[in-house]
Amino acid sequence: MISQLSWKIGGQQGEGVESTDRIFSTALNRLGYYLYGYRHFSSRIKGGHTNNKIRISTKPIRAISDDLDILVAFDQESIDLNVHELRPGGVIVADAKFGPVIPDGVDARLFAVPITKIAEDLGTSLMKNMVASGASWALLGLPLEVLGKAVEEEFGRKGPAIVEKNIQAVKNGAEFVLEQAGGPLEDFKLEEADGKQKLFMIGNEAIGLGSVAAGCRLMSAYPITPASEIMEYLIKKLPKFGGTVVQTEDEIAAVTMAIGANYAGVRTMTASAGPGLSLMMEAIGLSGMTETPLVIINTQRGGPSTGLPTKQEQSDLNAMVYGTHGEIPKIVIAPASIEDCFYDMVEAFNLSEEYQVPVIVMTDLQLSLGKQSCEMLDFSKVEINRGKLVKETPPLEGHELFKRYELTEDGISPRVLPGAKGGLHHVTGVEHDEVGRPSENANNRRKMMDKRLGKLNGLQVRDALRIDAPHENPDLLVIGMGSTGGTIDAARTKLQEDGLTSNHITIRQIHPFPTEALTPYLQSAKRVVVIENNATAQLASQVKMYAGFGDKIKSLLKYDGNPFLPLEVYQACKGMSEDGNI
Amino acid sequence: MATFKEFRNNVKPNWCPGCGDFSIQAAIQRAAANVGLEPEQLAVISGIGCSGRISGYINAYGLHGIHGRALPIAQGVKLANRELTVIASGGDGDGFAIGMGHTVHAIRRNLNITYIVMDNQIYGLTKGQTSPRSAEGFKTKSTPEGSIESTLSPLEIAMSAGATFVAQSFSSDLKGLTSLIEQGIKHEGFSLINVFSPCVTFNKINTYDWFKENIVSLDGFPDYDPSNRMAAMNKIMETNGLLTGLIYQNTTRKSYEDMITGFKSEGLANQELAITEEQFNQLVSEFK
Repeated sequence: MISQLSWKIGGQQGEGVESTDRIFSTALNRLGYYLYGYRHFSSRIKGGHTNNKIRISTKPIRAISDDLDILVAFDQESIDLNVHELRPGGVIVADAKFGPVIPDGVDARLFAVPITKIAEDLGTSLMKNMVASGASWALLGLPLEVLGKAVEEEFGRKGPAIVEKNIQAVKNGAEFVLEQAGGPLEDFKLEEADGKQKLFMIGNEAIGLGSVAAGCRLMSAYPITPASEIMEYLIKKLPKFGGTVVQTEDEIAAVTMAIGANYAGVRTMTASAGPGLSLMMEAIGLSGMTETPLVIINTQRGGPSTGLPTKQEQSDLNAMVYGTHGEIPKIVIAPASIEDCFYDMVEAFNLSEEYQVPVIVMTDLQLSLGKQSCEMLDFSKVEINRGKLVKETPPLEGHELFKRYELTEDGISPRVLPGAKGGLHHVTGVEHDEVGRPSENANNRRKMMDKRLGKLNGLQVRDALRIDAPHENPDLLVIGMGSTGGTIDAARTKLQEDGLTSNHITIRQIHPFPTEALTPYLQSAKRVVVIENNATAQLASQVKMYAGFGDKIKSLLKYDGNPFLPLEVYQACKGMSEDGNI
Repeated sequence: MATFKEFRNNVKPNWCPGCGDFSIQAAIQRAAANVGLEPEQLAVISGIGCSGRISGYINAYGLHGIHGRALPIAQGVKLANRELTVIASGGDGDGFAIGMGHTVHAIRRNLNITYIVMDNQIYGLTKGQTSPRSAEGFKTKSTPEGSIESTLSPLEIAMSAGATFVAQSFSSDLKGLTSLIEQGIKHEGFSLINVFSPCVTFNKINTYDWFKENIVSLDGFPDYDPSNRMAAMNKIMETNGLLTGLIYQNTTRKSYEDMITGFKSEGLANQELAITEEQFNQLVSEFK
């Protein structure tokens, strides 16, 4: 019996790779396994090799695996491109149609299943996905009725005839492979899962769900990879809550529309990736200057320019922290798990209203699109806090205006929404006085700058740092952000086996930088390695700039478009602890 | 009920004496009072430029945003609270140069807002450069040998983008302009009102006298039918865009807000934000 296994399906884009994965993994989720998925895809719709990999485990996992146990291939290219990951003795399930061959020197068991033919015999080659999931499922010796139920739900709305055909395709795929293999593979028998109810979703869906729960009712956005799923989720859900999604003409319209809607009192967000974020910069300054709440999701992908639109990267940190001209207060938070994606949206909307600042929630492609198990979400933790929003205001006398930018002790002024009788005031991106009127007075300028910039003094968000520090003086402190946490933990387990102690901190509050909270951990570690998916060590630079310790901080960087693998992190950390270099 | 005086504040505009924008400001104030608004029911969203300052000169809610983006901001305000009357305004540079993309799409989208362009055919605040509305051959600081680009026709663009309300006026015609703004506010959809607003400092060609000589009022055509799209397009082309009055109105197309599934007549901003646990559980169930 094994406790975990990795499975991958590859084929041409548009050939059913996605749907095979969906059916297969939904059924596994029902059985209570922990899943972690990774999508390798290209910036095109049809054609081009694509593959989906999932790791299946009886325990929580948050990283892809270094190797692969089962490869399902719709074409020879999928075998050739992915076989290097296959562990010795691994299994290839391939469509007999293309006459699959095991490349020279590879130790693998090949099952050639007439995937296309079985599907065509039942009416259409579209059902290849069902045959492939059935065959995979059968090899693992899992109960077929659970897979059947998932198929039924996928096709239920298309009527019983379609459901039946698809279930038949699953069964035929299962039967064929079992006959060839002589029954389920004994060495691939998974231990039973805990059966605990879990959710199975991508980060973008958790962001969408979190937004609805947070009271977001409008979204204005322009389609972009890998953010579009957020708008696609919300356009299905928001109308049920009286809201809507507007697909704007560009990202400038998206962000300024969101600013207008927030000004008028509705929690509104926009979501984009690097190119869109770049277009939004001037407007982010408007939000900061006018103290208008704003929530932006930046799902990072490979940059610069169009870069690697469908690949993993974490290279927008500097743009998010430093982008926009002039100086404004701004909050940047980085969820590190699916659960974070949900709870951080509630936090982001609250922070944006409590501090009246733009809040950027940064994910990366792997977190946004990797489908994974998620613990049940706790609705009781959802609290909406709108800060100093005032509903009732005393009437104004003569030409008096509401002091929307009143100088207060904490720098945060009462906020009133258009429509309120005693709330008239002006809003402008020009430097202004307490009622919002333009002012070039030097004294006023200083006061207003200090007011705005001082609002975030001492800010510490929920789990600003996620700390796993079992050792008082570890050999190594590993620092990361976003989706890399699980990979780092997998590497640490191996380091521990080698007798190397390590602590792990995930920085979730990127800006303002949580210097004070981080410093003791930097101090106590013998060496520090900062791991990030970019070429210029952007996170490490923040750590060094704010907290210091430059002499013991090293970087592990990866910017080839792929997420870190546990083995890479392990080897680099190990090498560093031995000779001091990476 | 508020009078136009209640839409005045005590801020002295920084426009040059004689600027057409003064009358446009007055017309907005009069129209707001005439349609029965209270100051807090009106939000004026403006862009950047001399004209962009207008939101600060009207006693109402006002947002002076960034260059070229008055329309998306205004649309956001309207979506968030459709109970507000939303007027967007700015200059020809704001709406037809840097913000042209938004103008066309705001027209297509057809939210119930009124867009008043203060068109002086020049860049004033930056002290006299060419605008997309400048005439060919027009000499400015940025076109010392005369503009060699063709003049943009906002009316033709609006018509072809599917506008449901297109009007044009002249700042000297306070009465006509006020009436058009009232009609624009009452129109259930996006209304574009382009207003010739002479720049007395930098535009020595398109002066008050020049407009008086060259513009044609639709009042002179009693048979003109503003619901006829083709006739409207013809009239714009016939007059080379130098006409005033209500040029086109389509009263049959619903506004964007009225076409959104499940969008209530009560402003979203006035609705409850929190969802119930039951609703939450339902949302979560699809991920099981």
